[in-house]
Amino acid sequence: MNMMLSKITGSLNTFFIEVGNILLFTVNVVKQLFSGPFEHKELIKQGYQIGNKTLPLIAITGFIMGLVLSLQSRPVLVDFGAQSLLPGMIAVSIIREIGPVITALLCAGKISSGIGAELGAMKVTEQLDAMEVSGTKPLNFVVASRVLATTLLVPILVFFADAVGLLGSFVAVNMHESMSVRLFMSQAFNSLSFSDVIPATIKSVFFGFFIGLIGAYKGYHTDKGTESVGISANSAVVTASLVIFIIDLIAVQVSDIIYGF
Amino acid sequence: MENVIEIKNLKKAFGEKDVLKDVSMVLPRGKNIAILGESGTGKSVLAKCIVRLIEADSGEICVLGKDILGVENEELDEMRKKVGYLFQGGALYDSMTVKENLEFPIRRTQESKNKKEVAEMVEEALESVGLKDAINKMPAELSGGMKKRIGLARTLILKPEIILYDEPTTGLDPVTSGEISELILRVQEKYNTSSIIITHDIKCARITSSEKLKLMMGGKFYVEGTFKELSESDDKKVSSYFT
Ligand SMILES: Nc1ncnc2c1ncn2[C@@H]1O[C@H](COP(=O)(O)OP(=O)(O)OP(=O)(O)O)[C@@H](O)[C@H]1O
Ligand SMILES: [Mg+2]
Repeated sequence: MNMMLSKITGSLNTFFIEVGNILLFTVNVVKQLFSGPFEHKELIKQGYQIGNKTLPLIAITGFIMGLVLSLQSRPVLVDFGAQSLLPGMIAVSIIREIGPVITALLCAGKISSGIGAELGAMKVTEQLDAMEVSGTKPLNFVVASRVLATTLLVPILVFFADAVGLLGSFVAVNMHESMSVRLFMSQAFNSLSFSDVIPATIKSVFFGFFIGLIGAYKGYHTDKGTESVGISANSAVVTASLVIFIIDLIAVQVSDIIYGF
Repeated sequence: MENVIEIKNLKKAFGEKDVLKDVSMVLPRGKNIAILGESGTGKSVLAKCIVRLIEADSGEICVLGKDILGVENEELDEMRKKVGYLFQGGALYDSMTVKENLEFPIRRTQESKNKKEVAEMVEEALESVGLKDAINKMPAELSGGMKKRIGLARTLILKPEIILYDEPTTGLDPVTSGEISELILRVQEKYNTSSIIITHDIKCARITSSEKLKLMMGGKFYVEGTFKELSESDDKKVSSYFT
């Protein structure tokens, strides 16, 4: 009993220390984001790599999500004779929730782990230390540029996922009835309002920030040894995914308060 | 004579494990000191404490007359630019070419330099390590010895007053080790640097150290002396290094 208690307090301890360290790291990175020097070349390079790595995956996943969601929701709506609501319903769920969360989770899997592994390898081979001791500020060059890149790109990827998801939905609708693109669009966008789009976009910005940050944090704090690179990459995915759901939970509460659904 | 590094009663433990137990030493300007010692006695930890990659628990470290343990952020970065550090594997940035590796520290610390000046500095640094041909190679294409030389060139490009070499010849064949050792000596003569050379390689220690050799054991300096004195020592622990 006592041993279990001490085990629990022990792991709680490590949890809170980790949270504290992540917060401290966040503060330092944010400071670097505003203090320069600004590395636009590195930013473009990172942004390009992020897009390059994730676009096909997001396209396929988004399309299938929109398609499947529509096909599954349709029978229920048909029972009530309300199939004309389908485009609007799908649009709201894609834009509010599915687009951002699916994109963020895919990026956690691809980008967070990639950053974690890359910085982990740089740590293990002492490249980060070498930057540190030559006064070249690796937190600025390596970390801030990556975090900025994910923060800017994930919202764009979310828009892309939303668009592809709606395309999937359009295809699904047209499997059963023929509906013009215009009608589909007007039905979809009629039920959308700013209170759907704005919170989702803000949420996506936070997703992007933490996807970069968690990957960088895990990589930057890799232990010695080659196997720790794998551990860092792995725990970057797990932690980033968890943080995404926590942000999602907070976001729904906050927009509840602001828009009063 | 002026000392560029003064270390007094330096201590460092990792958790329960005492690694550095009361280390004191001085490095006079323009001299090379070699530190020998078995694996795991804390030689790398000592070097890392000097540049604050590892925070010491207690003691004093003065670098170029400044208390390095008392400075923060910008001032620490200023100090670090004067101290070169050659990592064991070279620590080249593997996403950059050799040229970009060398440009990186200048670009990040001396923004006023124009392209032509930077190119000249890169060329000079590569020339002093004898690897001008490698300028457009990626680190992955270089051999271990070449990596170390490029690492040294990247250190030299900031014109440090002090260079810390962590095992510059480990893992190299005897011929290449000899070349690197000669190179360290040439660098010291050309740039008038002061250096600490951490090594297992007795030949490297003999070639490079213009001052004394120090032998570290169990987190402390055990003896010091010239190469001749130590190699003729009756102490088994000492002489075993020289056979
Ligand atoms: N960051 C760290 N955290 C915990 N322990 C460490 C850390 N760095 C070094 N140590 C421990 O300190 C001791 C000394 O390590 P150090 O790397 O200084 O040895 P060394 O004398 O350089 O050996 P070698 O010749 O093999 O490089 C080792 O036992 C190592 O496990
Ligand atoms: Mg070592």
